[in-house]
Amino acid sequence: MGDPLYADGIDAAVLLIVAAKVLIVFAFLMVSVLFMVWFERKVISDMQSRIGPNRAGPWGLLQTLADGIKLFFKEDLLPEQADRRVFRLAPYLSIVPAFAAFAVVPFGGTISVFGHRTHMQLADPPVGVLFLLAMSGIAVYGVMLAGWASGSKYPLLGSVRASAQMVSYEAAMSLAIAAAVLTAGSLSTRDIVIAQEGYRWNLWVLGVVPFVVYLIAATAETNRPPFDLVEAEQELVGGFHTEYASISFALFFLAEFMNTVTVSAVAVTLFLGGPNGPRIGFLPDLWPVVWFLGKLLIFLFVYVWFRATLPRFRYDQLMDLGWKKLIPLALYWLLLIAALRVGRDRGWEWYYVLGAGVAVGAVAWGALSAALRQGDTVKVAA
Amino acid sequence: MDWIVFVVAAAAVLAGALGVVLSTHPVHSALMLVLTLFGIAVLFVAQEAHFLAAVQVIVYAGAIVVLFLFVIMLLGIDKSENLATERLPGQRPIAYLAGLGVIAAIFLLARTAWVSGAESVAGAADGPGSNVEKVASSLFTRYLLAFEMTSVLLVIAVVGAVVLARHSPSGGVRDAEET
Repeated sequence: MGDPLYADGIDAAVLLIVAAKVLIVFAFLMVSVLFMVWFERKVISDMQSRIGPNRAGPWGLLQTLADGIKLFFKEDLLPEQADRRVFRLAPYLSIVPAFAAFAVVPFGGTISVFGHRTHMQLADPPVGVLFLLAMSGIAVYGVMLAGWASGSKYPLLGSVRASAQMVSYEAAMSLAIAAAVLTAGSLSTRDIVIAQEGYRWNLWVLGVVPFVVYLIAATAETNRPPFDLVEAEQELVGGFHTEYASISFALFFLAEFMNTVTVSAVAVTLFLGGPNGPRIGFLPDLWPVVWFLGKLLIFLFVYVWFRATLPRFRYDQLMDLGWKKLIPLALYWLLLIAALRVGRDRGWEWYYVLGAGVAVGAVAWGALSAALRQGDTVKVAA
Repeated sequence: MDWIVFVVAAAAVLAGALGVVLSTHPVHSALMLVLTLFGIAVLFVAQEAHFLAAVQVIVYAGAIVVLFLFVIMLLGIDKSENLATERLPGQRPIAYLAGLGVIAAIFLLARTAWVSGAESVAGAADGPGSNVEKVASSLFTRYLLAFEMTSVLLVIAVVGAVVLARHSPSGGVRDAEET
């Protein structure tokens, strides 16, 4: 429990190590955003038979840097109808949770620095998973207030969509995460990673369902395609950040990509065993970080793939998927896993528990689909 | 150290609470409420009640105030109000009285053994296991009935909301006819 770093009291060296960890996580996130923007543009270009950015630096690697510098030298605008203070505050409200959420992600094993043992993880609070959920709950504010404070019609529509969408999908995401918490028996992210050692990854231990639900819900939470109704260009000009320019816009952009990296890192932690992987004798502290980054890269690629291949959902389809499919499915799966665990603790035969669970699931599914059909006929009649 | 944390968090709580009352704008009031909720979460962490702190942020700041803001934006009531007008006559003196009453009740609870039979103490709950385990075991054993009753209440509220918002098959509610 907890980081061994704080076991022998806090002295200057401990403070220095913590400061170094903060700096490393910050730098990692910034660099990963630079990389992610380039990666997304290159992969999409490949999928669309284009070349993509190829002017700044080798393979266009410095293109994002050039774009960033350009953005920072532009004039920062404040619309006349805007609520000045909230308008200025909103970009920070969206970037701080994106940073903070990454703090609880374990990205390596336990190492020794200057005689102190420490986890390769910025913080390991006993309620780590709840901290992640809290940060994703707080992330709504940035988008919502940005649209409202702009004092303009389309950003407001974008932010109203965003708040409904993010609150709806949070429920499905929490239920999927709860399944992972259930197997580990702990809310600490490091304990969840330790519980998955030896390739008992939650991806298959829990059945694939919670993982898929998490993946879809996380895509919706970060407002990435195919759930990017918040910034649907055809309907809403630029969405919630239409009125933003210069650094404020850059902050939103940064937060969006940082959120993508963070939810991918959380998915790796909760379902793919985090930094677990084959142990190699040569440089043993390095390989967990490599496995972590490799898994992260797979996820980032999947997100880009989504964007390149899937058309945007309609708003009612988005709500139907969230409330009528994902939440019931995630809830049922959580109850099934809980029942199997209780059965194991009590010594019941697992196939009886599974059979009863499937029967209950069939009845629930029948009742739910009957209710949905009823709802549809009412809608048509009205 | 504990003292500094307490002073900073308490200042945030009080500043937020004053802001809720004194802002002329509903959206600013809601944001000030978020500040208060965060301050309370920090105070919970200082008492090693990690679970309560997380739930405070997830439920109150992450969902309830978001819904407040959602309703404010959707209904278009996001305009500054004149604090000098009184909608209900005599509202202010009654509010002052009620406020004083609440302060007195808190004082009685915190400083005397008169209400609950024992003086209140601050600090981490004792016993083995993490804070989350302690909360869970008392919630699901000793206070199970209260917990279940609360969830039944919430279900009743949800059902009520669905019934109110429902489009009835025979003609529908008035909104549905107009659209």
